Amino acid sequence: MKPAPFAYHRPTTLAEALETLAGESYAKVLAGGQSLVPLLSMRIAAPHALVDINAIPGLDTIEVSEAGVRVGALVRHADLLAHPDVRRVQPLVPEALAHVAHATIRNRGTTVGSIVHADAAAEMPVVLSLLGGSVEAASTAGTRTIPAGDLFLGPLESALRPDEIATSAFFPALPAGAGVAFEEISRRQGDYALAGVAVVVHGESVRAGFVSVSDVPTVVDLTGVPDDELGEAALAHLDPAEDIHATADYRAQLVRTLVRRVVTKAREAAA
Amino acid sequence: MTTKLMGQKVQRTEDQRFLRGQGRYVDDVHAHPTTLHAAVLRSPHAHARIVDIDVSDVLDVEGVHVVWTYEDLGPLSPEMAEPLPLLIPHPDLTQGRTQYALARDEVNYVGEAVAFVVAEDRYIAEDALDRIQVTWEVLPAVVGIEASRAAEHLVHEDVPGNVGARSEQNTGDVEAALARAPHRLQLELDIERSACTPLEGRGTVARWDADTNRLQVWTSTQTSTGVRAAVAVKLGLDLGQVDVITPDVGGGFGVKVMHPWPEELLVPLAARLLGRTVKFTEDRREHFISSAHERGQVQHIDVGFDDEGRILGLDVMFWHDHGAYTPYGLIVPIITSTQLLGPYKPEVYRVVFESIYTNTVIVTPYRGAGRPQGCFAMERTMDKIAAYLGKDRTEVRAANFIQPDEFPFDQGLIFQDGRELEYDSGDYPASLEKLKRLIGWDEFPALREKMAAEGRTVGIGLACYVEGTGVGPYEGAHVHIETSGKVKVATGLTTQGQGHATVFAQLVADELGVRFEDVEVVTGDTRRMPYAVGTFASRAAVMSGSAIHLAAKRAKEKALRIAADALEVDEADLEIVDGVVQVKGSPSTRLDLGTVAVLSNPLRYAFDEASKAATQFAVGDPGKPPVAEDDEPGLEGKDFYSPQRATFASGMHAAIVETDPDTAEVTILHYAVVHDCGHLINPMIVEGQIHGGVAQGIGGALYERMAYDSSGQLLNASFMDFLMPYVTEIPDGIDIDHLETPSPLNPLGIKGAGEAGVIPVSAVVAAAIEDAEGFPITAMPISPSDLHTLRQEHTS
Amino acid sequence: MSEELHRIRLSVNGVTREVELPARRLLSDALRHDLGLTGTHVGCEHGVCGACTVLVDGRPVRACLMFAVSAVDTEITTVEGLTREDGSLGPVQQAFAECHGLQCGFCTPGFLTTVTACLRENPHPSHDEAREMVAGNLCRCTGYQNIVKAVERAAELADPQHDDQHDDQHDDQQSDAPVEVQP
Repeated sequence: MKPAPFAYHRPTTLAEALETLAGESYAKVLAGGQSLVPLLSMRIAAPHALVDINAIPGLDTIEVSEAGVRVGALVRHADLLAHPDVRRVQPLVPEALAHVAHATIRNRGTTVGSIVHADAAAEMPVVLSLLGGSVEAASTAGTRTIPAGDLFLGPLESALRPDEIATSAFFPALPAGAGVAFEEISRRQGDYALAGVAVVVHGESVRAGFVSVSDVPTVVDLTGVPDDELGEAALAHLDPAEDIHATADYRAQLVRTLVRRVVTKAREAAA
Repeated sequence: MTTKLMGQKVQRTEDQRFLRGQGRYVDDVHAHPTTLHAAVLRSPHAHARIVDIDVSDVLDVEGVHVVWTYEDLGPLSPEMAEPLPLLIPHPDLTQGRTQYALARDEVNYVGEAVAFVVAEDRYIAEDALDRIQVTWEVLPAVVGIEASRAAEHLVHEDVPGNVGARSEQNTGDVEAALARAPHRLQLELDIERSACTPLEGRGTVARWDADTNRLQVWTSTQTSTGVRAAVAVKLGLDLGQVDVITPDVGGGFGVKVMHPWPEELLVPLAARLLGRTVKFTEDRREHFISSAHERGQVQHIDVGFDDEGRILGLDVMFWHDHGAYTPYGLIVPIITSTQLLGPYKPEVYRVVFESIYTNTVIVTPYRGAGRPQGCFAMERTMDKIAAYLGKDRTEVRAANFIQPDEFPFDQGLIFQDGRELEYDSGDYPASLEKLKRLIGWDEFPALREKMAAEGRTVGIGLACYVEGTGVGPYEGAHVHIETSGKVKVATGLTTQGQGHATVFAQLVADELGVRFEDVEVVTGDTRRMPYAVGTFASRAAVMSGSAIHLAAKRAKEKALRIAADALEVDEADLEIVDGVVQVKGSPSTRLDLGTVAVLSNPLRYAFDEASKAATQFAVGDPGKPPVAEDDEPGLEGKDFYSPQRATFASGMHAAIVETDPDTAEVTILHYAVVHDCGHLINPMIVEGQIHGGVAQGIGGALYERMAYDSSGQLLNASFMDFLMPYVTEIPDGIDIDHLETPSPLNPLGIKGAGEAGVIPVSAVVAAAIEDAEGFPITAMPISPSDLHTLRQEHTS
Repeated sequence: MSEELHRIRLSVNGVTREVELPARRLLSDALRHDLGLTGTHVGCEHGVCGACTVLVDGRPVRACLMFAVSAVDTEITTVEGLTREDGSLGPVQQAFAECHGLQCGFCTPGFLTTVTACLRENPHPSHDEAREMVAGNLCRCTGYQNIVKAVERAAELADPQHDDQHDDQHDDQQSDAPVEVQP
């Protein structure tokens, strides 16, 4: 279980990183590496080059404003989770982050990296989708903003081009009077969820994002749905699958249970 | 005055190294850039014929030293062209098969070794593996007990019906007993595959010393003498040319007893050929697909009983999935078939098993070794009888117990060691009373009611087991008192975390009368003790503990004899306290043990001040030979312990679980253990063993299974998907109570404790979930998803 | 074709060492095989078991999920660096010994580094917090019961209020005193 050889670049400016990336035929960006390195070690992925962005200054900032939270590409989950202002401005971010793997993984893994890894079983892509956030992508051609709605194309497939680096992600602030909650059920604490639900309640509006029960991070508008129909309403938009840990039917049962619990909690938080 | 250390919670001496990062595990040996590293190409198919292997691309890879396939082995050592040994033959194993060190022309499981590479480092070795081209003819795979029994396809084309062995034992006419029983029930039970998964995988390092023509092998094993013998045979070396050293071992639990693994032979072979140190360190994926599994069984039970629940006839048939080959014989199913009876005495018992082939990883003992399955069968049967009769589950068990005055109790069967299954001692009614108190059995109905009022669902379960521990044939020990007074002890079996360096030193300190800190214990080094068996079957304390006790006794006798001579007193008047031989009641007449050691070895040369006392002008009667005819120089004791039969430890566990009505998650609220392993040497260590066993049992009951697909791919060959519990999955607190029923079979009155914790857990958890849910639980492990499915079935 | 080597400096346990490595060398392998610090153990190489956990700039990190070349400009602490300068055990190590918090010892270094860092952040953990501190590390031997006890005991031992004898311990831990370890 050792990676295949690759060329290694450790640029010290973003411009240098982008140029290097543009010049490589098959390169991967290395930030936290908590998802990437196991794939390399198992030789499931064997890029020709890695562009390690850890030495680039300025990518590790958390900017909190009344509009929301901007998270740099090198911000570790642990730092975002511990940031007191983030919790104030957008409490769903830390609530969900607490479920991302184990603390040691959160110490190295980056939130932006997790988002662009585009795993529908991961928490932060769905949180970004639910909150209507976005990712800032840079390439030698310039920068662009990719709204979360356009970011997730398929399983483990994002709209980020091979020559682009996601430099930050933006989570909009929670409007006054709104409430959020997050819950997931996993086999062991810290494992990928069998199913997870994030909810934002704002006035009459009820919107929920779902983890591990669809191919891509999925958000369902549940506004106006009676409480005892929340599960079925959500499931109409989801596609829970069977794997070695759970049947599709069990995952559906978790969706029913969780969505009701989490909506209730979000309402309590809003009150 | 020296305090007796037997029974004390003595802190472990080995921890000082481990805690500083100075443990020496096999991958730490020769951790140096000059060491070469091996990697193994493993079959990607569960069943296939090898049409062609092309290694020509590998030779271009810089840093590669060796690429071997089967064809390369014979020329290097003729025995390497033969299949690996069938270690434990049994007359019922009529169709035993073993693999080759590298597959010859067929593979029978995903993970079977096909080619072997040695390179400058493991990275380059894996690059080389990527360039080996194998042309396969894929054959149909046989996966799971059902497919194997159906025998639509065969694992080995010359093994009809995929049946490796069929075995039967009985204690009478079970059909007649069943026919006359007032009540009769049947059960169909299922236990899935799991595995030991120690945190350290397998590993071997070998160094050939051309100057002395000797091979030195370090391997992470549970039997260094076993590996030594196998390496000598397979490499065509004299036993005396091979030293096997077992360094610190990062957990075993059974999987490291199998010998020899292909790599344990290939690495030494490469080291001899290349004249370089070669290392193989198994990675985690390899451990899942090429190291042994266990547990998979399907069981059918037919039981007849009276109104009290006393079993009149018990008829068991089970199928044991032993994987693709049978290197370890029938040990696991034999243990299931014999230890199934636990603390009970059915009037008539018959057991038949078939040990069958599948295209999956081989099966060898995993902690508990067939007992968890046997306990599951028996205890599920007890619960079903109780439910049928409307009796308390503890009453039905009590009605079937062997009573304390019935020991020794002969079950009328032949055990795994080929000897009669005769229990030496035990007190099962007392254990049950303790357990009921510990778990709050009688108070549970009130608790259930209280929880129900809160909308919570709880259930309680219990299970009992007996474990034959400390099987033979023997272990030995050597105790050497140095002239410094320090005591060096060697025993041949190995250590995987059981604290042998501590408990054995306790025994020596007690018997010899020396300070604990002056005793140093070495295990698993064939240079220090070439006669030994290994660490498995909860045998280390009983076997080596007894041998060490006896060897220390011999060293003490000699010390007293020499000291009596030197002090001109009667031996009977002497005692040894804190390393000093002194006259009882007159401690000023004394000799240090170190001085006694000096006197035991008549010298020509004075190496230091102390040894002057032993030179030829200082000691001895000039009229006699310096070493008496019936004596030998040195202050040593050596002895062996070889009991007639195993000693039988026992225990009972109970648990209260809560099941979530919506998510079907299972939470263990309270777990209680009553444990009887005879006299305790170190209660702290015994309790640690129980904690670990229970945790492993909980893993096996609720989390861990080997998920094979129908083509024989293991879908969860990682710690990501094989769900070994973290602390968050294990109950916060395990209540333990001990009973100490001594064994009459050994001088210390001890029984084995290593495996005990794991044995009844699946039975206990199944019983508690069944009690909570109100429908039968017949298959383990059980996940929330499985429980959800059962709920759907039982409501529709 | 031979692989490009990178000459890098790694600062481990307060000692800076220069090594020449291919980019793909995992930090766990570099510590073990290039620096000879074999106290860091490798149990799964996919970040799940925690046996290889080391402190990078004081925080627990999986050494198997980092490349050594990526660890330049950081301060690494391994289990070898937890022992005090005079050779005696640090409070976490001491607590594991007292509570029988280890059996085979293979997973232990990862627990020791993790707990050391967690107790620095939270010196007085509740029982639940003590459990949470070790929630990301696998142990196959102990059933965790005594590991949790050891975490609580370590907090006591590291607490300057607790015991005069260990008054200076907490500060010692903070200073990451250099410890020279033979390769």
